[in-house]
Amino acid sequence: MPSFDKEYFNLGYLDTLSYKDTFVHRLDPRIKLVTTFIFILFVVSFPKYEILKMLPFFFFPVFILSVGEIPLKFILKKLLIASPFALFVGIFNPFFDTAAMYNFYGIPISGGWVSYLSIIIKFILTVTAALLLVATTSFPGVCLALKKLKVPNVFVVQLLFLYRYMFVLTAETMRIIRARNMRSFGKKGRGMKTLISIIGVLFVRTVERSERIYQAMCSRGFDGEIRLLTSYKIGFVDISFAITAITVFIIFRGYDVTKTLGELITKT
Amino acid sequence: MHMADALLSPGVGTTFWAGSLGVIGYCAKKLRENINEKMIPLMGILAAFIFAAQMINFTIPGTGSSGHIGGGMILVIILGPYAAFIAVASVLTVQCLFFADGGILALGCNIWNMAVYPCFIAYPLIYAPLTKGNKTPGRIMIASILSVVVALEFGALSVVLQTMFSGKTELPFTTFLVLMLPIHFAIAIGEGFITGGFVNYIRVIKPEVLDVVEGSRAFSVKKVLVSIGIVAIITGGMLSWFASTHPDGLEWSIERVYGKAVLPGYETGIIPDLRDIQEKTAILPDYNFPAGKEEKSEGAADSWPAVNAGTSFSGIIGSLMVLGLVFILGFGINAVKSKRRNMVI
Repeated sequence: MPSFDKEYFNLGYLDTLSYKDTFVHRLDPRIKLVTTFIFILFVVSFPKYEILKMLPFFFFPVFILSVGEIPLKFILKKLLIASPFALFVGIFNPFFDTAAMYNFYGIPISGGWVSYLSIIIKFILTVTAALLLVATTSFPGVCLALKKLKVPNVFVVQLLFLYRYMFVLTAETMRIIRARNMRSFGKKGRGMKTLISIIGVLFVRTVERSERIYQAMCSRGFDGEIRLLTSYKIGFVDISFAITAITVFIIFRGYDVTKTLGELITKT
Repeated sequence: MHMADALLSPGVGTTFWAGSLGVIGYCAKKLRENINEKMIPLMGILAAFIFAAQMINFTIPGTGSSGHIGGGMILVIILGPYAAFIAVASVLTVQCLFFADGGILALGCNIWNMAVYPCFIAYPLIYAPLTKGNKTPGRIMIASILSVVVALEFGALSVVLQTMFSGKTELPFTTFLVLMLPIHFAIAIGEGFITGGFVNYIRVIKPEVLDVVEGSRAFSVKKVLVSIGIVAIITGGMLSWFASTHPDGLEWSIERVYGKAVLPGYETGIIPDLRDIQEKTAILPDYNFPAGKEEKSEGAADSWPAVNAGTSFSGIIGSLMVLGLVFILGFGINAVKSKRRNMVI
């Protein structure tokens, strides 16, 4: 895990990006959410030895990235620090599946390496798709989309609350961690006992804050629902974006673009 | 451990999405019936609290490496299972979106693995009975450690099962299990110790929080049994689905479904038209694209694929071209954009 300040900065930066005003940002959040989900389903539907047919799918993240004016470097950095569980589990493939599958000018390439490469490509595609979704959609927008897609209201309100207080509490935590690191000469505290009291203090402050918030909300007429000012409408542009994207997914899934292009070159 | 999209098959991913959404719906219904408006901001801010607390790294005793807490069980003890489930699920959603932990398809699995077990197995079956009536610090500590161990081991087992049913990895079931369970046992002991210590700490310095929530939480054995029943039915339903698709081999992906059901619809769509165009232009005279190509390529991948220098060479060329085109797409959009920007200036 990277240093705390950096993590906190990244969190805020992703949020800042989502308030840009481009074609992708203006699309209805529901459309983006559903299209991204379908994209991921298509990507993971490839069998485990598939590599070539997956490559055309890079068009989708690249399109969103370029049109949405999202800095590539930032997404790559996030990709690197993303949870490496898939890469960790996949690394065992080359050890258990050693039968040669391709022969690359005399060098045999085992099925395990092929399937591991396939996992890596899937990892890159799915993770960037998720990151680009939040980078191009404000989080309240995502929540509204979930609500319109009939996710229970309690859960949507919960997400909005979490999002609102996440930044406040991480700032609070940052102050506590700084104090601890100062007192332990740059080391990470003195083990679990310190951690328990740190979490305890953070908890007490949190609960006291939540009581104040609750009173403030009551006096403003809170009734268990958060109402948002922005309303979204699915228009012609949104529908055509989704239809185009999904048609392209279907073509790329069913038709081996890579192979065709390759043969086009090698045979003519 | 967060499950990842890249290891999942669409079938497993969507099944667990359905399961997790079902439990979210059930918890939402329970919370609506038993509405306590004060709960809503408390749930939200405690989820943010867990989120922030997970960022505190500490040195794990005896190892020198650093770790952070998970905190699921802390939320269950403070909020009760229904509210805690919603809160933990929201934390996982934010982690999935902002930190790319796992992925969007894997979110269903992650909610299942990290929220269902602490809320509906560990809490009602272990923590609640053990601390009933007699809340001494020692008992709370033991109950916390035990329940965290059970919750995490169930979660780890689920990760292994989900990975196996998806069939993207070669890791044998037992090896994977032997890797995962002891690691999570060690993590769970630490996490349980922190959870117990935390609850005892709160009981000393701010007991009213625990009492207020415990008092307001109408919790009956009947409800627990009903919720476990529902979890069991959902799990059973999924397992039977797995069992029925199992003979197909573990490669039961959407492709299988395509091959048998949906693909015919395909045949009347754009693919045959493309094929016609291709045949007419005859750039690739002997290009073999009859129906059933899908199965053939998959079958070939499964057994012993024909090693053909020609195909692998054209594959490499094709890959380079596709990546080149994708690069040009991104580059082109950027060029057009910067041009437009310059014109505005």
